Amino acid sequence: MEFLLQPLTLLTFFPILGVLVILFMNSEMKNAIRWVALVASLIAFGISIWVLTMFNASNPNLQLVAKYDWITVAGWNIQYHLGIDGLSILLVLLTAFLTPISILSTWTAVEERVKDFMLFFLLLEVGMTGVFLAQDLFLFYIFWEFTLVPMYFLIGIWGGPRRIYAAIKFFLYTMAGSILMLLAILWLGIYGGTFSVPDLIAQGNIPSDIQLWLFLAFTAAFAIKVPMWPLHSWLPDAHVEAPTAGSVILAGVLLKMGTYGFLRFNIPLFPEATVKAAPWIALFATIGIIYGAAVSYAQADVKKLVAYSSVSHLGFVMLGLFALNHQGVAGAILQMINHGLSTGALFLLVGMIYEQTHTREMKVYGGLWKITPVFGTVMLIVALSSMGLPGLNGFVGEFTILLGAFGSQAIGNAWYAAVSALGVIMAAVYVLYMFQKMFLGPQGEVVAEVKKHGHGIRDLNWREIVTMVPILVFIFWIGLYPKPFFALMAPAVENLVKMLPIP
Amino acid sequence: MHLSETVNSGFFFLAPWLVLAPVTGLLFNIVFGGRLGEKAIGWVASAASGAAFVVSALLAWSLAANGGHAVSVPFAEWIHIGSLELDWTFRVDSLSTTMMLVVSGVGTLIHIYAIGYMHEDVRFKRDPGRFRRFFVFLNLFIAAMMILVSGDSYLMLFVGWEGVGLCSFLLIGFWYEMDTLARPSWANSDAAKKAFITNRVGDFGFLIAGFIMFWVFGSFQFDEVFSQVSTIAPGIIIAITLFMLVGVAGKSAQIPLYVWLPDAMAGPTPVSALIHAATMVTAGVYLIARSAPLYSSVPEAQNIVALVGAVTALFAATIAVGQYDIKRVLAYSTISQLGFMVAAVGMGAYVAGMFHLVTHAFFKALLFLSAGSVILGLERGHHRAAHGHHDDHGKGKKKAGKGKEESGDEEYHEEVFDPGDMRNMGGLRKTMPVTFWLYLIGGLSLSGIFPFAGFWSKDEILADAFREGFTGVYWLLTVAAFFTALYVGRQIWMVFFGEPRHEAAAHAEESPPVIITPLAVLAFLATFGGAFNLPGVHTLTDWLEHTIEVHAGEFIWSVAIISTMLALLAILVSWLIYGRNPLKAAQVDPLKRPLGFIFTGMENKWYVDELYQAVIINPFKKLSQFLADVIDERFWHDWFHEKVIAGTYNWLSNIALDRYFDQRGIDAFANALGAWTQSLSAALRKVQNGFVRSYALSVLLGVVVILGYLIFK
Repeated sequence: MEFLLQPLTLLTFFPILGVLVILFMNSEMKNAIRWVALVASLIAFGISIWVLTMFNASNPNLQLVAKYDWITVAGWNIQYHLGIDGLSILLVLLTAFLTPISILSTWTAVEERVKDFMLFFLLLEVGMTGVFLAQDLFLFYIFWEFTLVPMYFLIGIWGGPRRIYAAIKFFLYTMAGSILMLLAILWLGIYGGTFSVPDLIAQGNIPSDIQLWLFLAFTAAFAIKVPMWPLHSWLPDAHVEAPTAGSVILAGVLLKMGTYGFLRFNIPLFPEATVKAAPWIALFATIGIIYGAAVSYAQADVKKLVAYSSVSHLGFVMLGLFALNHQGVAGAILQMINHGLSTGALFLLVGMIYEQTHTREMKVYGGLWKITPVFGTVMLIVALSSMGLPGLNGFVGEFTILLGAFGSQAIGNAWYAAVSALGVIMAAVYVLYMFQKMFLGPQGEVVAEVKKHGHGIRDLNWREIVTMVPILVFIFWIGLYPKPFFALMAPAVENLVKMLPIP
Repeated sequence: MHLSETVNSGFFFLAPWLVLAPVTGLLFNIVFGGRLGEKAIGWVASAASGAAFVVSALLAWSLAANGGHAVSVPFAEWIHIGSLELDWTFRVDSLSTTMMLVVSGVGTLIHIYAIGYMHEDVRFKRDPGRFRRFFVFLNLFIAAMMILVSGDSYLMLFVGWEGVGLCSFLLIGFWYEMDTLARPSWANSDAAKKAFITNRVGDFGFLIAGFIMFWVFGSFQFDEVFSQVSTIAPGIIIAITLFMLVGVAGKSAQIPLYVWLPDAMAGPTPVSALIHAATMVTAGVYLIARSAPLYSSVPEAQNIVALVGAVTALFAATIAVGQYDIKRVLAYSTISQLGFMVAAVGMGAYVAGMFHLVTHAFFKALLFLSAGSVILGLERGHHRAAHGHHDDHGKGKKKAGKGKEESGDEEYHEEVFDPGDMRNMGGLRKTMPVTFWLYLIGGLSLSGIFPFAGFWSKDEILADAFREGFTGVYWLLTVAAFFTALYVGRQIWMVFFGEPRHEAAAHAEESPPVIITPLAVLAFLATFGGAFNLPGVHTLTDWLEHTIEVHAGEFIWSVAIISTMLALLAILVSWLIYGRNPLKAAQVDPLKRPLGFIFTGMENKWYVDELYQAVIINPFKKLSQFLADVIDERFWHDWFHEKVIAGTYNWLSNIALDRYFDQRGIDAFANALGAWTQSLSAALRKVQNGFVRSYALSVLLGVVVILGYLIFK
């Protein structure tokens, strides 16, 4: 009982309770199932808030630790070890925040096999939360791989026409990278005699040539997940085929598992290799920013446009992380949240219009703002947040990242940040292009097309507004008053940056 | 050094209301506007802007009482990370209060004008519901502009800078579903997008300047930056100032980034007057004046700034001569006049630049709003002409008043009539006499004719250029001044003199008092605004001296005489060409024949838009298309990831696993994915039985093998 009442254990596994309830429900009771899933995820969100209230922001170390011996065989020491600190708390909160929103967005979008959908969705939440909380490498790996399964089915069953292909590709890619990480984890466990991350960091005695290999092995897993250029090829496929809620979680949380991995494992476990690799990561990040933005602009499918924009945005996060200074890392962590909010919101909005029109070709749209003023206004705010307008969340993250990267000693020169800043112009190009093609200009043909089959395109309904409002609140909150968010992470970031052997 | 201090006396505590007042206004209109009528919405918005003006005035008064010493008013903490400490603090000093007064003063007048203007505009465009949105955006603009001018650091300035850019986008694209002639089109939204993106290019420069600044000075705060200037290598300051110039070129429409401003005339006329003439576009001038300690320490950068301004001034003035749209002439005129200001602040003549900024706000707002009055007058005339037409021929289907109006509207939409085209005007001084006199005052002020406001400020710039030895700049500006008077003269002859060249002009009607009254106030200021800084009195100079280094300019008779003679000569020339023999309907511009290809160049804006299209926009489109189709899709996606990686993996797993365990999976894959998509349940079953298990199995096997090796080695 004591084990179960640990706040972090409760937070991680609470959705299982929802799973159990749903399991015993008749699959025809669609609305009841939806409500159970929603309530379960809302309670999990409540627990995350409870965790937040217990979290001491001025303490840079792991808190609310739950630690038990789990598997001790033949000199192996695998622990059940959860903990939360400034590096992870925002991501944990984001996960708990986006899950109920995503569930709410499926209310009318998912009509087939609602029971299975909700089961997978709640299981996915367990996996994601576990990833952000696990402090034992082995446990982490289990959660990490575990997230694949529900997402695989979410894409493979409820996805678009090429869902099987996309699902397999998603699975295959992540798996391929993970195998190398698994090898590195095993090596570490044997070398250090423990899988506990804080213990391994405290030992800090990995020879620097081996550090580099281990760094690369972890990078293989995380870089695919982020995804860093040029390993992004699975992402557009997965996004285009995934159902809306899947895309929201995929972009909002799953990609952050990659950047979080760098933050939690690569940087503190292999500090010397990290410093050596920083200029290279910065190079790839910069290419990703520019490349993602350029390719995004050339898309005809709005969901693909948003998908490629993630490549660009996550490039910013990587650039900030490997600036390895206070501004860069803190900005990167905040930008993970920002991207989860604004790109998640973009996918939600695209899904909302897709539900009515069944097309994502931008060229058949046009003039929507006049027909759907609320929808248009919400989209405008989210789009502006995505392109980093001051006063909204995106700017705070992007600006601090670029500022950090510009003066980063680890990256070594200002060119990467300067070139990356061009991405700010290019973001305006593709975001405004999207907004113009869909919402401005004369009425597109899809408007008449929809009218032919019924009442015409409607504005957001109350459920959709309720889905969007919480995200909008945070878009403004972080943009106008980011202080509490930075305050949560500042000591942990300080600690992390301090331990790096930057010349 | 002019360090700011925190003071508890006076009205300084009101500073946040510069921003909060317009924000309150817009929130009020968002929440309650639906229930209010047009009048109430307009007056709420105007009152909000007026409140900002009152606050500005109180701040200026308190500042004067404080001996002009800069005061900072902390408001909120924004971003604190490590050594980065960004706070939102208001800075009240003589420079910022000057800007506040101009922005909120002119802004309030334009709000009032817009009540009348938008009332008619939304009806001509047939969407009265959009009236409220206009005033929400307008209040948002005032708020953002106040953030810009009242910020205590470069970053807060940048926040406002981007905010006004957004408002500019929203208001240029206010009629986003049509073009300027109200036909369904992408034109207006294209113009809005162009403005935003071009400004982003400028912002890129601003950002880089900011990054260098932070890592060199350790701060964005004005005082902290300026106090260290002498300790920093000049090369770095040159880099900062020139990157900043890129931002200035974007926002203040200088070469090479001015191209968005003429297109921005797609916005309703009050927007052109407020944002794209009087206030927002002068933000770049303000930025340089604000950064005086930086610019003054590096003469090399100053030379470049002054040259960019002067060349822009002349270049845009030549284009203005060849335009037919009444607002486009003014748009190029604005670019040209901004060139004067940028040249002035570039030369270190900060007071002259700010002086011209102020007078220009008066006379250019006056000109734009009068042009708006002309356009509305023509719209009304067109409307009436259409009615009269119907009355003559409407034998059969003549209904009661309302029906007639509708049929008139149909007519109005069938014929494409451009109420902004000066070739459709002529003789308006008879039908719109008040507007004519107001326009004339604005025009004379712009041309720099004694004793109007524009004369004094332009002359101060020229005199400073002459005295400080910027000979090239001086001559460029002097020639630009000649062209200024030329296009002003051309415009006035074409619009107000001669005979009406279109039925609409013949039937044009004068505008109502709500439109005329703000114009009269602006006309008063455009006439007597020179009094702010008369030679020998130097009111503005003394005021700004508290904030930036100034040198009281002396009046140079020869400079004044040359520029006045040139202006009068230009007006004479314009009379010879356009006044003596007024343009007839469908007649080509009389300058076209003698000037030939030169005039064609002016008419076509020297083909700069076409050049950018060919050199920047099309290559970028092609590049991104190439990256998307060839590199990303065909190379990375189809070949590298599918063939090389997935192919190899399949091949390996085929050999290692499936030959023994799961032949069916591979077969299924080879037999294409189509079979899997047939039904949902079938899909799930096949997925479960299919390929993934082989991966999972392979991973499991791998793990077992490795574990086994590690444990039993």
